[in-house]
Formats: sequence, structure tokens, C-alpha cells
Amino acid sequence: MSFFKKLKEKITKQTDTVTEKFKEGLTKTRDNFSSKVNELVARYRKVDEEFFEELEEILIQADVGFDTVMQLIDELKMEVKRKNIQDSKDIQSVISEKLVEIYREADETSTEINIQENALTVILFVGVNGVGKTTTIGKLAHKYKSEGKTVLLAAGDTFRAGAIEQLEVWGDRVGVEVIKQAAGSDPAAVMFDAVHSAKARNADILLCDTAGRLQNKVNLMKELEKVKKVIEREVPGAPHEVLLVLDATTGQNALIQAKTFKEATNVSGIVLSKLDGTAKGGIVLAIRNELKIPVKLVGLGEKMDDLQEFDAEKYVYGLFSELIDQEEA
Amino acid sequence: MAFEGLADRLQNTINKIRGKGKVNEADVKEMMREVRLALLEADVNFKVVKDFVKKVSERAVGQEVLKSLTPGQQIVKVVQEELTELMGGENSKIASAHRPPTVIMMVGLQGAGKTTTSGKLANLIRKKYNRNPLLVAADIYRPAAIKQLETLGKQLNMPVFSLGDQVSPVEIAKQAIIKAKEDHNDYVLIDTAGRLHVDENLMDELKNIKELTKPDEIFLVVDAMTGQDAVNVAQSFNEQLGLTGVVLTKLDGDTRGGAALSIRAVTNTPIKFVGLGEKMDAIEPFHPERMASRILGMGDVLTLIEKAQASVDEEKAKDLEQKMRTASFTLDDFLEQLGQVRKLGPLDEILKMMPGANKIKGLNNVQVDEKQIAHVEAIIQSMTKAEKIHPEIINGNRKKRIAKGSGRSVTEINRLLKQFEDMKKMMKQMTGMQQKGKKKGGFKLPFKPF
Repeated sequence: MSFFKKLKEKITKQTDTVTEKFKEGLTKTRDNFSSKVNELVARYRKVDEEFFEELEEILIQADVGFDTVMQLIDELKMEVKRKNIQDSKDIQSVISEKLVEIYREADETSTEINIQENALTVILFVGVNGVGKTTTIGKLAHKYKSEGKTVLLAAGDTFRAGAIEQLEVWGDRVGVEVIKQAAGSDPAAVMFDAVHSAKARNADILLCDTAGRLQNKVNLMKELEKVKKVIEREVPGAPHEVLLVLDATTGQNALIQAKTFKEATNVSGIVLSKLDGTAKGGIVLAIRNELKIPVKLVGLGEKMDDLQEFDAEKYVYGLFSELIDQEEA
Repeated sequence: MAFEGLADRLQNTINKIRGKGKVNEADVKEMMREVRLALLEADVNFKVVKDFVKKVSERAVGQEVLKSLTPGQQIVKVVQEELTELMGGENSKIASAHRPPTVIMMVGLQGAGKTTTSGKLANLIRKKYNRNPLLVAADIYRPAAIKQLETLGKQLNMPVFSLGDQVSPVEIAKQAIIKAKEDHNDYVLIDTAGRLHVDENLMDELKNIKELTKPDEIFLVVDAMTGQDAVNVAQSFNEQLGLTGVVLTKLDGDTRGGAALSIRAVTNTPIKFVGLGEKMDAIEPFHPERMASRILGMGDVLTLIEKAQASVDEEKAKDLEQKMRTASFTLDDFLEQLGQVRKLGPLDEILKMMPGANKIKGLNNVQVDEKQIAHVEAIIQSMTKAEKIHPEIINGNRKKRIAKGSGRSVTEINRLLKQFEDMKKMMKQMTGMQQKGKKKGGFKLPFKPF
């Protein structure tokens, strides 16, 4: 049985709504990608340089990282040579197989959020400006609250106008407490406060917001390191997760973001936000391939429950389901 | 993850060609592939790249490049020219309505920076045109968006019109204009909520606001880091609303910003301003030729020169040059020079602006340690006047004293003294060479601009 068949069977057995959500969220992406590959294969009978150039463009168009695309194309070319493939139809399955491989290769890293049993879990959110850190925190707070956990939010973005208020609105909506100080105060001090409040209230989960910062601002990255250090010092083993929020519309720069934030704060996972537009979020492929950071959560809409745990297989299925169906037919 | 610039990419190809004497069409094709890759790597939309490469190839094959002795440079020149042209001229004018108030609508995706940009633009309008703008909080969806604009208004000491988040944005816009007329605000900036270009309901809302307020400008605010999707976003907003201008935000990051080219190419709408930071005055007119260089990864030489001009004291530079020539350069002068360089900004950022800096081995990923410079300063500052002028008198005892004073080790002091000696030797050689060539040595920048 082919890999895709297995994947399909596994996925279709879980007829839950999550898979549907994934498929729904990725509809635009999927339509673009699969139909383009199909169309390409239909148009080119022979596998030649031009064929590869167009395939390269299809992948680039999905914002798949540049180096990853080059690597992928090289591997495909080798495979074509090795198997002596000439008909473009025969390459279709090789393409999808290679793509999925990238996800699977990095699969030894868990995509689950590291939640502590019977102890405080601290999650730190980092990222550039405007990616959706605060919104993600609001959604995640809602999820944990409805699972019966005690959640606390730390308003660590003391810089941007209205940021504290934004988190407070989420706190009200979800019904969880927000630990804050005045705008302009030291974010490390806010974290110190928040961690101690969380301990005193016996909270299960503390979600820490930080100000958006561009990764090339050395001083701001240093500030972030300090924030993390305060958490480390006050709660041994914390932060249990450092989640980098990435905007799915971001292009090649997302890779640099992931790399730099990883260096500064040892990012343990990625939240891919705004995947409900027409953007493909293909950069995730590159990040897994080149930096081995797993995607843990995906933002698929603006509603409170539109944040999903990332499941590589479901994501791949959502992306390539048309290809998979076709292979079977 | 090396983000090579076009110049470096082409150099690789040219190295391969070199020795053949002549460049043929196949070589141009090879070079065009590099152009294509460089642009794709910069997030320029692949369709835009395709058209662009086609155009450049035609010019390249048409003699211009083939006959040139330096085909690589020729290609870069052609590419840069075409790119600058495609990017359009400079145009940072803001409309002014015959009958005030002039209405400006700010639109875009979530998180692009509309609210911040609204504040910056209002500030610019007041400062540059001496006008009296009114900010309008029409984002009723994102939590605390109104509060954000109000806070910015307070910082800028500028009025903000809001009706809370229970009134429809269309109604808010309508009443804002009435209010502006009453209060004699001659500009009205409407900050709308971020929305996906495929969200029909919310796009209809924008159309309604447009219908009602008849805006003189509709600015699309776009994150400079946007990838391939920038084209779809810009096209969709443009088709539905008819944009008059684009503001590119977060350009103070390290993205190449190829989205700018894509947007310009598909909408034919001028990019009017760029956002370069979080402060309210961090907004500048868009410079097409600088953006072209940046997309090609050729370093932002103009910005660097401007920076240098702004922070290097002309008199001091001349003085320093004289000292270098007569080799009477002391540790004090060295300290002075360090200070001047540091004034330019963080060193690794300066390095990034230099074309070709990423080609030099060891420089590509250099993390300039600002601390080390501070250490050097501490060491020199711990010396006596005599020691600074005649470092040769620094013996073991003096070294120990300097070490204590600066908190650095004797080894570090030795290293610094050695480096300083080497530098002086080099200066002697350089001045010797200059005298031979009878050139009046100006204080040249350490690189050649394209």
C-alpha cells in the first residue's frame, strides 16, 4: 500500500471536525497548489528543464523557503535520473512523496504543547510586530479555560499603544485574570509579578505576551532574553514553551525570524497565524527542513476556537489531498 | 540560509564564464537565471519576475551586455535601471481636497500596521503641511484598537474621533466628517479594521465607507515582509476600492522587501511612504532606487552615505586624515575614530548596508561585538596622556596599571597595542602609495558604490 493510501485511511478514520477545519482553512492553498501541479503535469509530457523551472515557481509561489525549493528540485532531478522517468505523469507521485518527506523527517520533535501535570506551565510568546501574538494568547486561554484549567495572562507588551488593553479585553472575554503594570514599565518586572501571582493563585497555565519586535533590533532581542531569564529564574524548568508566532503571509523573511528568535530565546515551537487567507504558509516547510522547529499551533480564523493544534499529517493531507486522491484513481 | 545579493550571485556565474573571453547568449541566459533567483529570493512575485526577466534579457542580448568588457556589472546596471523604473518615480504627495476636509482611508490586512501608520501620517501632515488632522477610530473589531489610536492621539496631542465599538464603521466615518467640519479639521484619517481581501462582508463595509465619505486618498498599508501573496492582496484591494497609494511598513527590519515591486507592478499604484520604526516620526517618502538596490541585495549605499554625512564631523575627519598621512596618529585619535564610527549605529547594521560585505569571508555572519569596542575604549581611557602619544613607553608595570584601571587583562592590552602598531604601519604604506600616485587622498569610504 502506498504511503498516501495509508495516510488517507488513517485520516478518514478520524472523522472529527478538526480535519475538516484543516481542510477548510487550507482550501485556498490546496486548490492553488494541487491544481497547479496537476495542470503542470498535464501540460508537459516530457520532464525537462522547463518543467522543473515551472515546478520551482509553483513551490516558490507557496512561499516555500528558497533553499528548500532548490534542494527539493535537485532531489527530484536525481530521482528522475535514477528511475529514468520521462513521462511527466510518473513524476507526480515522486513530487508529493518528497514534499511529505520533509514534514516526516523532522517528525521526531513533538508537536504537542508541553503541559506540566499538577504544576505551573509557563508559555512565552514571541514574534515580530503584527503577527497575532495577543490574539493567539486569547484563543489559547479560551481553550485551556474550557478544559477546566486555571489560566493567567501576563501583559508583557508594555510598549505598543493599547496592547495591555487588548489583552485585557481578551481576559474579560475568556474570563481569566490579566497581570499587568502601567504602560511603559519594564516587561521583565511584569513577568516577575505574573510568575509570582501564578504561583500564589496555584494557576495551571501562565501565558506571557511580549511586545512585537523586529529580529534585527539587537537591544529589543536582548530585552527578550532578559524577560526569559526572569521566568527561568523564578520557575525552575520554565518557560516550558517559547512559541514564535509567524504570520502565514510572510515570505522568505520568516526563516530569518525563526533563526534569530531561536538564537535569542530557544524557540520550542511555532504558531502559524492567519492561515485563513490566500497565503500558503509554505515557509513552514522550510522552517521544519532547515531549522527543525516544529509547528505546534495553527490559526485558521478569527473566532475564539479557530486555533488548532498542528498535526503534520492532517496539514499535509489538507495541502495535498487532491494529489492523493488522484494517485489512487 | 545565505541571502546572497544579485551582485554576488552574478559574480559566481561570471567566474565560471571568465577566461572564455567573450560572452554568448547562453551565458546571458545563465546570468538571467541568477537574476530570477535573486528576485524570487527577495519575495518578488514569480509572475512579476517572469515579465521582468524577459524584459531585461531582451536588453541584455541586444548588444549592450554582450559587447561589454564587464558583463556582470552591465547586467547589474541594466537590472537596476529597469527595476528602478518599474518601481516608479518618487511621489509622496498627499491629496488636498478643494473643499476640506480631505479624507484619507487607511486599509489593509490584519497586523500590517494601519493604526501606527495612521498616527505617523497624521503627524506628518501636521508637521509638513501645517494642517490640522482628525484621526478616526473605525476599527471596532480588534480588541482595544480604538484605545490604541486614542493613546497615539494623546501622544501626538491630536484629536481622535470615536463612537466606541458598538456603532458601525460606516456611521462612525459619517459622523467623523461632520465633526471635522465643525471643528475645522482639514484632514480626516480613517483607521479601518484589518481584514482579509477575500472576506466579502468586510470588503463591502469598506466600499460603503468609500461611497459615503468619497475619500481623496485610499492608502493600502502593507507589511514589507509579505511573501508571494502580496500580489493577491494588493490586486484585490485595488479592484474593490481603487487605491491611490501604498505605504510599506516595517522596512526597518532585514527583509529584502520584494513585495514592494510586486505591488507596484500589479496595481500600478505609487508606493508613497515607508514605515521605519515604532516612533511616530519614523515615516519617510519612498525612494525607488534605494528600494531597487535593497531588493537586489546590493546594500543601501545611499542611506549609509547619508548616515555617515550626518554623523562624521568634517573638520575632525580632515584633521585625522592629516595625522594619518604624517603618521602622527595616536591612540587618542584612534579612540576618536572609534567614536565616530560608533555614531553611525550598530556596527553589524552598517556592515549589512555595505555592498559585497556578505561576500568577504568571515564578514557575512559577523556579529560585531559592541562590547569589545567598549573594552578597547576602556583600555585606552585608562592610559596616561604620555602613553597615548608614545605607546612604546608602556612597560610591564604600566600594563598592569592599565589592566587594573580598565578591568581588562594584560593579554588584551598587548593585543590592542599590537593592532595599533600594525595599523600605523599600514597607514605609512598607504600614504606612501598615495604620494607615488600623486593623488590627493580624500577621506574615502572603505568601499566602492556601484
